[in-house]
Amino acid sequence: MTTATAQIAASDRSAVRYGSISRGRKRTLYWSYFFLILFVIFFLMPPIYMFITSLKTSAEIGAVTNPWWVYHPTLQNYIDLLSQAQFLTFFKNSALVAVIVVAVTMVVSILAAFSLARMKFWGSGTLATGVFLTYLIPESLLFIPLFKIFAFIHDLTGIELINHWWVLIFLYPTLTVPFATWIMIGYFSSIPKELDEAALIDGAGYLQILTKIFIPVALPGIIAATIFTFTVSWANFLYPLAFTTSADQLVLPVGIVTTLIKGDVYNWGQIMTGALLGAAPPLIIYAFLMDYYIAGLTAGATKG
Amino acid sequence: MAEVALRNIVKTFDRTPAVAGIDLDISDREFVVLVGPSGCGKTTTLRMIAGLEEATSGEIYIGDQLVNDVPPKDRDIAMVFQNYALYPHMTVYENMSFGLRLKKFPKAEIKERVENAARILDITNLLDRRPKQLSGGQRQRVAMGRAIVRNPKVFLFDEPLSNLDAKLRVQMRMEIKKVHQKVTVTTVYVTHDQVEAMTLADRVVVMNGGKIEQIGSPNEVYHRPTTRFVAGFIGSPAMNFLPCRLVEGSNGSAGLSIKLSDKLSFPIPPDRIARYRPYAGRELIFGLRPEDIIEKRGDLPPGRAAFDAQLDVVEPMGMETMVYFLVDSTEVCGRVDPAVAGKPGETMPLVADLNHMHLIDPQTDQVL
Repeated sequence: MTTATAQIAASDRSAVRYGSISRGRKRTLYWSYFFLILFVIFFLMPPIYMFITSLKTSAEIGAVTNPWWVYHPTLQNYIDLLSQAQFLTFFKNSALVAVIVVAVTMVVSILAAFSLARMKFWGSGTLATGVFLTYLIPESLLFIPLFKIFAFIHDLTGIELINHWWVLIFLYPTLTVPFATWIMIGYFSSIPKELDEAALIDGAGYLQILTKIFIPVALPGIIAATIFTFTVSWANFLYPLAFTTSADQLVLPVGIVTTLIKGDVYNWGQIMTGALLGAAPPLIIYAFLMDYYIAGLTAGATKG
Repeated sequence: MAEVALRNIVKTFDRTPAVAGIDLDISDREFVVLVGPSGCGKTTTLRMIAGLEEATSGEIYIGDQLVNDVPPKDRDIAMVFQNYALYPHMTVYENMSFGLRLKKFPKAEIKERVENAARILDITNLLDRRPKQLSGGQRQRVAMGRAIVRNPKVFLFDEPLSNLDAKLRVQMRMEIKKVHQKVTVTTVYVTHDQVEAMTLADRVVVMNGGKIEQIGSPNEVYHRPTTRFVAGFIGSPAMNFLPCRLVEGSNGSAGLSIKLSDKLSFPIPPDRIARYRPYAGRELIFGLRPEDIIEKRGDLPPGRAAFDAQLDVVEPMGMETMVYFLVDSTEVCGRVDPAVAGKPGETMPLVADLNHMHLIDPQTDQVL
């Protein structure tokens, strides 16, 4: 009897058509694609325009032609830029700064986040909030006091900190450490407490719990923080502009702008080429780490 | 192999006492189960033995050693957690060998111990898997394996079966018992499930409100509870409690009887009269387990009293049927043969086995 009732109920339901799940899903997909395409056009336009311009001669850039088409493609801008020792110096400075800052930031913020997330000590909660608050202070407010501090250090010890590329290694962590620490606190807090208790009973010390349990388990978070740190230290403009001036001490973003704009003469072809080449390393790193990142995310999703 | 002893252990969290003075001696190789409702302090007690919580005061001994200030890793204990706490990025083998690897055991010995534990737990084929590829029961075995390979002085179990479904829980309960028979190690097991406590324990420690209510063998706490809490907590369905008055004289003789309502009174069995005499005339609480209220058939053996009850609710369970009826306004549960169980609203002749009755002083909550 119950089967009969069920059949009647089913036929009733199919008679009244409220629309199916798949139709609803289709419509959602249409709209998703619509906005995704809009998004892609909006965000890919500038790099495409940069790429097109980088293939033109200065004469063609200045000429009144279709700006979206290259009539006489040339690699001269690339050749010129890459054969300049100056540009390679910028590249080297940027790379050194970024790599060292990533290393310093990750060491500091992983240790800080572990202690703030797990070793409950007096004031740890306040300290964790404080770490995040420092991130909220914009760099444009920080660089003047930093100037003062540098002047003070110079007066006190005679060490000149201004106009050296390596000073950025001390400056960038003020931006990257708070944020990376904050991300890592979140990741570490999501690791069940029993995991470190089990390790504690298994005979691990705090450092072993960190290296053998926390870092492997929170790897997706560590990679996210690494990507963030690398991007910040690769692309920061204000600090190098304020603290470095000599051509051999500049990093890429500032170097391109200050050496390729001479007075009111803009060497657009080379500026675009430089910007494109400068954007390459983060792109490559993203592409490489993204696979890891996603794999890590799904592995952590269902916890053992 | 070691004894565990707790001496007047107190633990307070922000001035709220979680454990309020516990004394407990656990003998070598004994399986002791701490059981009690949520928040009774049983898990806190276990965590203090493990060294994951510091005792506010009191002394904890493992073997002959005072371990209050000994860190967990040097207490030579192993713990199985409720959510297994397996390291998600390691294989089963790595999970089980983690502690030994930290202690720098030789590779060959680690392998031997892990394989031996895997054999005991029947998880040899799972050694290369990761925790997320395992079912709940398998994870539970791995968690136990991780404890076994350490070959510790004491096993600590913190509600290890609560995350499993009912069927698997019964099966794993048996596995734990089997493992304890193979690997006889002093074991402290925490659970809120009194069936687990009864089935596993050599001795049950019933806790409530941060204190120990009673320590005894499963049969002792079941048949001879010392407090109202233990009487009500152990056993399922729970013991019936009825307010009563102990009065002189039963059926005109010189005995005692308990008056449950205007219509219902039971004579006290002769062997208990001396014990209950001092309380004559007092308002007490009468306790009787459902299985001691059964259907009436044939002659009444001594100590049993017949009465009629109008059934309120009838619950067939298969091999028995639970019947509920009201005495005054208190619901009482009895356990009868399904073949003779009445229907709701019907009046059914029942028998109370007073040889198993308890009388509780409502002022002290002690069983008399």
